[in-house]
Parts: sequence; C-alpha cells; structure tokens
Amino acid sequence: MSALVELKGLKRYFDTPKGKLHAVDDITMSFEEGQTMGVVGESGCGKSTLARTIIHLQEPTAGQILYKGKDVTYPTKKELPKLREDMQIIFQDPYMTLNPRYTVEDTLKETLTISGQYEKNDLDHQIRRLMDMVGISGRLRMAYPHELSGGRRQRVGIGRALAMNPKFIVCDEPVSALDVSIQAQIINLLMDLQEEFGLTYMFVTHDMSVVHHISHNISVMYLGQLVETSPAKELFRQTLHPYSKALLSAIPSIDIDKPKQRIQLHGELMSPINPKPGCRFAPRCPYATEACRQPQKLEEVLPNHYVACCRVRELNPDLSQAAAPAAAAQ
Amino acid sequence: MKEERFSHEKGGMHGHPDKGHHPHHPERDHDSVQRHAKGEELLKVNNLSVEYTAGKKITHAVNNVTFEIRRGESLALVGESGCGKSTVAKAILGILPDRGARISSGEMLFEGKDLASIPEKEMEHIRGNKISMVFQDPMTALNPVKRILTQVSAVIRLHNPELSKREAEDRAIEMLKTVGITPDRVRDYPHQFSGGQQQRVVVAIGLSCNPELLLADEPTTALDVTIQAQVLDMMTELIRERNTAMLLITHNLGIVAETCDYVAVLYGGEIVEYGSKREVFKNPSHPYTIGLFGALPDINSESTRLKPIDGIMPEPSDLPAGCKFHTRCPYATECCMEGPVPVVELGGTHRCQCHNLDAVRAATGKEAAV
Repeated sequence: MSALVELKGLKRYFDTPKGKLHAVDDITMSFEEGQTMGVVGESGCGKSTLARTIIHLQEPTAGQILYKGKDVTYPTKKELPKLREDMQIIFQDPYMTLNPRYTVEDTLKETLTISGQYEKNDLDHQIRRLMDMVGISGRLRMAYPHELSGGRRQRVGIGRALAMNPKFIVCDEPVSALDVSIQAQIINLLMDLQEEFGLTYMFVTHDMSVVHHISHNISVMYLGQLVETSPAKELFRQTLHPYSKALLSAIPSIDIDKPKQRIQLHGELMSPINPKPGCRFAPRCPYATEACRQPQKLEEVLPNHYVACCRVRELNPDLSQAAAPAAAAQ
Repeated sequence: MKEERFSHEKGGMHGHPDKGHHPHHPERDHDSVQRHAKGEELLKVNNLSVEYTAGKKITHAVNNVTFEIRRGESLALVGESGCGKSTVAKAILGILPDRGARISSGEMLFEGKDLASIPEKEMEHIRGNKISMVFQDPMTALNPVKRILTQVSAVIRLHNPELSKREAEDRAIEMLKTVGITPDRVRDYPHQFSGGQQQRVVVAIGLSCNPELLLADEPTTALDVTIQAQVLDMMTELIRERNTAMLLITHNLGIVAETCDYVAVLYGGEIVEYGSKREVFKNPSHPYTIGLFGALPDINSESTRLKPIDGIMPEPSDLPAGCKFHTRCPYATECCMEGPVPVVELGGTHRCQCHNLDAVRAATGKEAAV
C-alpha cells in the first residue's frame, strides 16, 4: 500500500481586513491508495478549504502536495488538466452544483467530451454506462435537476465525477443534505465504487457515525489544524485528544438505555484570524494548562495514532504503560 | 460559564411566580404554568388532515393524524423531508399559508378549544403567549437590521402591552441571560453572533412569554454537533424547569432518544407508529421505523454495509393508495395496495399502522403482535 496523495506542511491563509485567516495551518497527511481518509471537524475548521486546496481549486500558501510521489503543489499549465482528470470532487449540495438547464445527459456528456477520452459515437454508450454505475434509471436521462430527488441528484454528481475516470475523489459532505434512508444508499454506492475501481477518497464530513462507517483512517481537525489522526477503528476504541472525545460524546445516541456521558464544551470556536500560538482548542478545553500555550506538535503516541496534545499521556494514564513507539515517523 | 448560568437560574427563576416578581401576565396568573400538574392534557389532535391546492393539483400533506401532548411532556415528530411534519406544526400555530392550504378535517383541542376553528383574534393571543415556535434556521428567523434586545423585548411587549419599554427590556435581558447571552452583548446585531448563539436568541424569544407549548422545528439541524449538544441541553433544561410541553420536529433519531418522552413516526403525512420512547426504540414495529433504524450507521457495529430503505419517498402530491409505504416496503402484500390500513394497538401507548405486523415480526425475529 502506498500513498497516492501526500500533504506536507500544507497551509492556506486568506487575507482579510483584520489580518491573516489561518484556514488550513500546517497539515501533514497521506492518502493511501484505495482507501478512505475521513476528515472531520465542525464548520469553520478548514476541512473544505483543505479539500479544495488539494484538488487545486485554491492555491496553497505554503507546503507541498505530492501526487504519486511527484510534487504537484504548483502545477504547470500542462500538468493541471491531467491532475483535474485524476482528482475529482463531489459536492454537498448537488442542486447548486448541477447546471439547472442541463439534463442528466447534458451534464454527463459535457464532462465526457471535455475529458477527450472518448470518440463522439462512443459517448452515448459511455453515458449509459455511467448512469448504470451510479444507479440512475434510463428514463431519467432527459430529466432536469429540479425533477430529481436529492438522492438522485447526488447520484448525478457522483456520475459526473466518475466520468473522468479519476483516481482520487474528494467527497465534501456528500450525504449531509440527504434523508437517512437515502444517505445509506449513497454511502453504499460510494463504497461499492471504491471497491470496483480502487478509488481513493477524502471524505469530508461533520457526522462521526458516517465517517466511522466509510473510513479506513480518520483525521480530526480543529481551527485549521490536525489534532488527531489514526486508523478509524482505533480512533473510536481509544480516543485520545480532548476535542475528539468531546466531538464523539456530542453525537446523540439512539441507545436509550445508556445515556451518554456528554463532555460539555463551553464557549464557541475562537477566531481563526491571527490566532495565538499554542493549542487552538485550549480556550474550550477542560484540561487546558499553562503548557498548552506552547505550539503543539503532532506526536505518534500509539502505532499510526498521532495526537497533538502536550497532556495526552497525563490524561490517558494507560498510555504510558504501552511502549511509546519510536518518535521518528513524523 | 454554563453551570453558573443554570445555578443562577435555578436560584432565580423558580421563585419568581410566587414572589410576584413577574409583574407581567397578571391575567395569566391563575393559569400560570407552575400551577398545572405535569401530565394533564394540553393539546389533543384528532384526525387532522391538511391539504395544499395548487391549480388542479391537490397535495395531501397531512392525513388523519392523531396524537396528544400533556403538560410538561415532549413528543417528537420524526420523519424525512416531505412527510408533513412541519405542516403539522404550522397547522397547530395557525400559520398555514392563507392561499392554497386548508385543514380538510379534524380538530386540534388546546386547553379544550379547537385551534382549527377559533377566530384569528383569539389565535393571536394564543400564538407566542401559550404556543410558540423555534424555527430551524436562526438567521432567517431573526431580523438582520435590529439589535437582538429590540427583537426580544418587542415580542415581550407585544404580548404584555402593560409593560413599559424599560421593563420589557429588563425582562428580555433576563431571558437572554438564561439562554447564555451575556448582558454586554444584547445590543449586538444577529450577524455578530455565531449560529449557536443566534439559535439561543431564537429560543429566548420562543420562551420569553412562558408558553405552555413550544413547537421546535428542527431547532439544531443547522448547528454543529458540539453546539447542537449545548443548545439541546439548554432547551431541555429550560422547558423542564418551566414545565413547558414540547413538540419537537426532527429527522434525527439520536436527538429524539436524548430529549423526548413520546415519538410519532410520520410517513406520507400519516403517523405510522406512535408510542413512548421506550416502546418505539426498544420495539420498532412498522417496517418504515425498522428501516429507519437499520439505515443509521452505527458506531458500535462492525458491519460494512448499511441497509438503506429501497426506493425514494413518494411525492406528497402523488401518494400511492392504501398504505403509503407499500411501494418501498419489503413486506408489502396485495392487501397493502388499497383501502385504509388498520391501526394495531400494541399495548401501552404503542400503536402501529400496518396490515402485516405478524409477518414483519416473524421476519425480524420478534414475537407476534398482541
């Protein structure tokens, strides 16, 4: 298993009248081929900006993006079209991202034509193939977006992304706007497609139970920074960062017999404009101390389990017994 | 900060009505919330049907819905988009659109009076005073060009015309304090607040006149999970202290489990299953309810595939005959396709609208219906 996409110290700042807004701050992450990396966090934590920066919808301020081992941080005019083919995105609201005057056929045909991978007389067959793949029945071929339900629109959005035969797909909250019963259909579809084509997903969401279901690895972001990253099962079995713990405890549970011990977070997110050095979660963290004002480093506390918290060993006593892995990997 | 707020409130608010610190509401003192026992009947909706007409197209948004809410209790209306849950709330509050919407049958008895037939003048007194509503999106519920103090005190003055501007503002500040907005921020505009704080302001407006029934339409859907948890905890705490009843509209079963006493599951404008939280969550009986629970990704389960409900929700303007769910139901038989569906009593308050309960139970490994 090798990394398809790697990020090294990626930063994306925005200029605002009040100063620099640190939307994405020093993110190091790798996306293993054929696997799903779930990126979770609340609104404003920079997860969508990160996604858009990776697929070159925005230019990074600093850092590196590697694709198949090659530096593509600032692609040349020649490289960009190829990258765009390989890296696609599925948006949250398929209604806003589909052309309201394009039928399903038009939408798919446009993308297929741009890709230049197919002969003109082959397009018809390709459109049918895509529609089959994402489960849109043939009778909806001439339907406009407003005639489709939310789930079907999202299927068109997925079909459009697949038209380029991509390797890497960013799914930016693809199921948040859908009803529960439809949400499950789309998640299953995404997982089936991954299996069939060996796709690599970056799955951006705020829904912890969805991300648990679909991801191999999970990264938790808070105000532009990575606070914890680990294999999905491991993260739920042993949550280490105080913010991840709070996030998990905040999910309303359907188990009425086991009322959850909720970790109450006080206050709201601080401003990402000119943030002070040090842990950005500290103002809301119940365990914050003086030491938290120092910049935090992502540290491998368990195999493949990285946490950015200086008190992590103190707060999780059982950790110190487990042999600390050689702190080399980062 | 939060503990401080609640302890302050517990000390402060409880004593108020008896000590006469509430100069407002003189006419309501005799039926003040505190004097009513919990569990007394407050709202009874019988066979409510609402339809929307657009040209020749008639949409049956709500069909024969029956439920009741008692004082201090909360009922959740659960369902997916287009199932009619918001229409129920609008009908209760009397804010269905003037044109095109019609209550075609049924009654809504609130403290013995039928909300469907009382004159608008009387409804104005009930709305906001006795029944109030919290909407989903705080930014559209608040006026963007007015300071929040102005907005909250305007509501208080509207319903208590005897109060001076100053008194109303004092009470608004007090109310905002209980939802966690500090006095130094009350003169800010809505856009200066975060989504969670905006929703707190909306809740403050909803509760500012001490209503007996709060309608909450997806109150936390627009918020992040940790903020959602804060706002939900605050809301449940406040209504519990004030013995306010709540009708919570949501699609999130987790929220239902954490906040409500009773659950009504809506599909195609009908209540397909009703019961106490325990009855429905421990023993979901309607195929749709079972499907909803099955479709949720579960953190504690190891299975890799979700079990979605096949097909899509039928258009409310084009509902199938018979059981509305039969087009998507794995247990549907001939008899489901037309005619009314019997309501089966399952003991306690639990009832379910289905022809084939025995088959469903056999298939899901539960004992036969009582």
